[in-house]
Order: sequence, then C-alpha cells, then structure tokens
Amino acid sequence: MTALADHGADHGAEQGVGQADSPLRRFLADFFESRVATVAFAALLGIVFIALFAPWISPTNPYDLATVDILDNRLPPGSEGFTGMTFWLGTDGAGRDILSAIFYGLRTSLSVGVMSGLIAMVMGSSIGLVAAYFGGRTDTLIMRIVDVQLSFPAILVALVLLALLGKGVDKIIVALVAVQWAYYARTVRASALVERRKEYVEAATCLALDHRRILFRHVLPNCLPPLIVVVTVQTAHAISLEATLSFLGIGLPVTEPSLGLLIANGFEYMLSQKYWISIFPGVALLITIVTINLVGDQLRDVLNPRLQR
Amino acid sequence: MSAFVIRRLLQSIAVVMVMSLIVFFGVNIVGDPVDMLINPEADQADIEAAIRALGLDRPAHEQYWYFLVNAFKGDLGSSFIFGQPALQLIVQRMPATLELAFSALFLSVLIGIPLGVYAGLRPDTLASKTIMSGSILGFSLPTFWVGLMMIMIFAVILGWLPSTGRGETVPLFGVPVSFLTLNGLSHLLMPAVNLALFKMSLVTRLARAGTREVVHQDYIKFARAKGLSSRRVVMVHVLKNIMIPVVTVIGLEFGGLIAFSVVTESVFAWPGMGKLIIESIQNLDRPVIVAYLMITVLMFVFINLVVDVLYSVLDPRVRLQDMRA
Repeated sequence: MTALADHGADHGAEQGVGQADSPLRRFLADFFESRVATVAFAALLGIVFIALFAPWISPTNPYDLATVDILDNRLPPGSEGFTGMTFWLGTDGAGRDILSAIFYGLRTSLSVGVMSGLIAMVMGSSIGLVAAYFGGRTDTLIMRIVDVQLSFPAILVALVLLALLGKGVDKIIVALVAVQWAYYARTVRASALVERRKEYVEAATCLALDHRRILFRHVLPNCLPPLIVVVTVQTAHAISLEATLSFLGIGLPVTEPSLGLLIANGFEYMLSQKYWISIFPGVALLITIVTINLVGDQLRDVLNPRLQR
Repeated sequence: MSAFVIRRLLQSIAVVMVMSLIVFFGVNIVGDPVDMLINPEADQADIEAAIRALGLDRPAHEQYWYFLVNAFKGDLGSSFIFGQPALQLIVQRMPATLELAFSALFLSVLIGIPLGVYAGLRPDTLASKTIMSGSILGFSLPTFWVGLMMIMIFAVILGWLPSTGRGETVPLFGVPVSFLTLNGLSHLLMPAVNLALFKMSLVTRLARAGTREVVHQDYIKFARAKGLSSRRVVMVHVLKNIMIPVVTVIGLEFGGLIAFSVVTESVFAWPGMGKLIIESIQNLDRPVIVAYLMITVLMFVFINLVVDVLYSVLDPRVRLQDMRA
C-alpha cells in the first residue's frame, strides 16, 4: 500500500520524463491515495470474504437444528451457552448464535444485492447502448420509459412488484432489477451518446462491422468508467432496499434470512432491552453499505476525467 | 403553453392506464382472480354470484373494461380483513400519512436550510464538515435502521418519547390530527424526524451548494459594501436566491416522502396508508393492495404533472425543449 501511494506521488514527475504508466497502475495509485478509501476497500474485502466463506468460518451453523439449543435463547453478548460455547454477540430468540447468523445473513444480503446489480447492469446498459446508438424514435421511447420510471421512488416500484409477485428470492431479484435498470440505461446512454460521435466509431462503421460488434466491442468499453461508479452505488442501494423490504416482511422469505430479516426478528425484543439481537446485524448492514459507498465515492473521484489533476 | 399542458396531461393518462393494465393483469396472471378478489371463506353459491358480479366469466379485455368502469365509480372491491370498501379504508388512513409527510417536509426545510446556509458561509469550520459528513450518512443509512436506533435511544433507554401510535388526536376541519395536542406531538416527533432525515440531507446539500455560489456574486458584495448587516445580507439576499432549487426539489420529493412513509409507519406503528399496505400484502388482502396501488399511482402522476407544469411556467426553456422533441 505505501509503495503504491509513493508511486502515485512520483507519478507526476515521471510523466514529465515521458515514462509511460499502464492505465491500471495509474488508476490503482490514484485510488489508494486516500486512506479512508483504502480502509473501506480492505473492510469491503473482509465482508466479501465472510460472505463467501460463511459456512466454513462461522462458529456454528445457525440453521442446523441439531446444533441450536433453545435453552440458549436470548443470551447477552459474551455469555457462555448450555454446551459451554461462548456467544460473543449473544443469541436470538431461538438460541441461535448472532455472530453466525450475521455471517450467513451477509451471504444472503450480498448475493441478492450483487446478483440483482449484475442483471440490472447487463439489461440497463444494453438498453442504454441501443438507445444512444440508434437514436431517433427508439431513443425517445426508451428514455420516456426511463423518465417515467425514475419519477416513481424505488421503494414504490419494488412494493408494486412484490405485492403482485409475492415473496421469494427470485421475486426480490426481479423487483431490485426493475428498480435499478433505468439508472444504468441513463448512465450508459449519456456516455455512449458522446462516444458514438468519435472517430473510432466512424472508422469501425467504415470497416462495415456489424452493429453488435461496434456496440459491445467498441462503444461499451469506453463507457465503462461512469458505469463502474453506478455499479457500486447501486449495489449499496440494492442491499439497503432489500434489507428494508425484508424488514417490512415483504422481501425474502424466512428460509433465506438476510440481515434485514435478522433485524426484524430482533425488533420485538428491543423494547425489552434485549438490544443485541437487532443491533449487531444492523451494524453489519451499516458497515457494508457505508464501505461500498466510500469505495464508490473514491472511484467517482478517480474515474471522473474532469476532476483529474 | 396550453399545448404543453395537454401533452403532459395525455402522457399522465397514458401512465395511469399502463399502471392499471399492469395491476389488473398482475392480479389475473399471477394468481386465480377468484382467490384474489373473493373472500376465500365464502360458500359456493356466494362465490358463483361474485364471479358473475365481477364479470370473471367474461373474456379478459371485457373484464379489464369492467375493472376500469368500477374503478371510475370508486368501487375497487371490499377488504377481506376489514369488510369495508377498500377505497374507504385507504381514504380513512390518508390523513395520518399526509400529516406525517407534511411534518417531515416542514422539519427538513426548517433544519436543512439553516444547516446548509451555515455550511456554505463557513465551509472550512469543523461544524460545517460535521454537517456535511452527517448529510452523507443521512443519504446512505437505511431509514428503518435509523428509526430503530431512535426508538432504542429515545424510547427504550431514555424513555423520553413514546415509540408507537399516533397519540391523542383532535379533529381539525373534521380530520383527526396529532400535532395540536402535546401527547400527539410527542408521538409525531420521532416518526417525522425519521422520515425527514433523507430529505433534510438533500436540502442541506442543496442549500450549501447554492450559498457557496451566491456569496461570490456581485450583488452580495454590493449589499455588503452598502453597509448592510451580515444578518440582513444572509436572511434576505442569500436566502432568496438559494430558494429556487430548494423549492423545486421539495416539490419533486414530496411524493418520495409519501412512498417512504411505508417504512417509517411500519417502524413506529403509525396508523397511515403505508402501514395498511404492508399489512395487506402480508395478509394477502388483495382488494386493498389493488386500491392502494391505483391511488398511489394517481397521486404520483398528479404530483409529477403539477411539478412539470409549474416548472414550465417558471422556466420556459423546459416547454420549448419538450415541444421540439
């Protein structure tokens, strides 16, 4: 990390001598210049690691009925359970270890957020590219739909879909994709409109390459920087929205306990001072959302050519 | 001008029609409408009578027409749970939601603008930096989580404020409101602040950006040179000029407050339409769901229409651009 930061500091001087730097290394140096962003990135890596390896690193499997003992229910943080095991973050109403439940919850929350983000990105950017490239009526129609959809708040769109579709992992992914695609479409369209007037697109057209090749191999890669920023911000948004919907009891079913559901389960105990059942999953949710936003902020600063020093 | 209004009006009607199609076919395709619209505890004869009454034995396009005609008459079916007409149920809950939304709007302006103006006038002080970091948190923290924390701190630990319900209400023009009694106010405070946080952050950032821009203008320099007190410069000259973007955004975001009140109402058990829709979704009380969706969509389309028209009155470029497109 220090090596990278130093490298970033020298970078200006080096360029004067004409030493070319690879864009990726320049990007990394710029990104890790901020200490906050570095810490956030490290934390995010940790969260992703926990989510990926939850079944192997969590102390217990909170959904394996054989290992959960109801006698351990609602133990405060740090207390020792019936079987002699220590529950660092306490246990919930059914005697499950909160720490393990958080690990598994992160897994669910992150996978739903990332999955919906990816689908929305592919869908939204393709639609945005098509709108920008073909222009005219296609463009007007697509952008009208985007405008109309963005005039409704995300939570309302999700509510409509979930009310019609019902509960379930696939349904909440559909709802989150429906909420997000328009942002991707708008972002990609805006940058693709600029790109398609450039000479390289003209050159590619002259070579008689087909539309699809020009769009996806030539225009799309040049629209990536703003797209990456939107991906991070939207993923944080999706995770937060999923948690909200699950908290309200209309998102994920109880068989897929995400962080929002864990918080909802603890809500009833909070009024009787058993704060840990809700608070710790909530803190995990907050850290996730805030770190993704911090990384996204730094990406925006680094990737925005207008802010380049 | 009137051409612009008519175009926008037609567009709004189109959006409402598309939404009614989505809701109608959503109800019909995703499940059996007999299950959805008729109380499952009714007996066979009742069910058949209801099928005929709802026109469910007709082809789909006729049924849709039926649905529209009934909707226009204000008949969106009866709730399974409450046994009342769904529309009536929603209209009864509406004042509570509107009171919450307006209180939140009021708070976000009352707190957001002074904070933003301060941060804009003294951008380098610690207080300003705290305000700006706070506004980032206000944007990114999930509303329901902040609500839980508020309940935990102010209701459970400190015991200052009640955590659920609307408290004592008194009728104002025949509509029950909470903000006129002390007990009602104490119930209103937490939900209103919770709902306001997001908008407050938005207003703070807008006011700060506006102030930063305005203070360097010649008319501010001139007002200072004239020897006006800095209080007057800020209160009159700065404030007036940052209000334009703030007012626009407040108008646009009012619909958002109503939508997000779903979350706040559920956390604080505030008896408004948001809490009603969540309970109806959980209880599969479909007539209420359909009615809520149609009413909210109408409300949104109406708000957007009003904002668009106002915008075009304030800024002629908007309608000229639209005419060309």
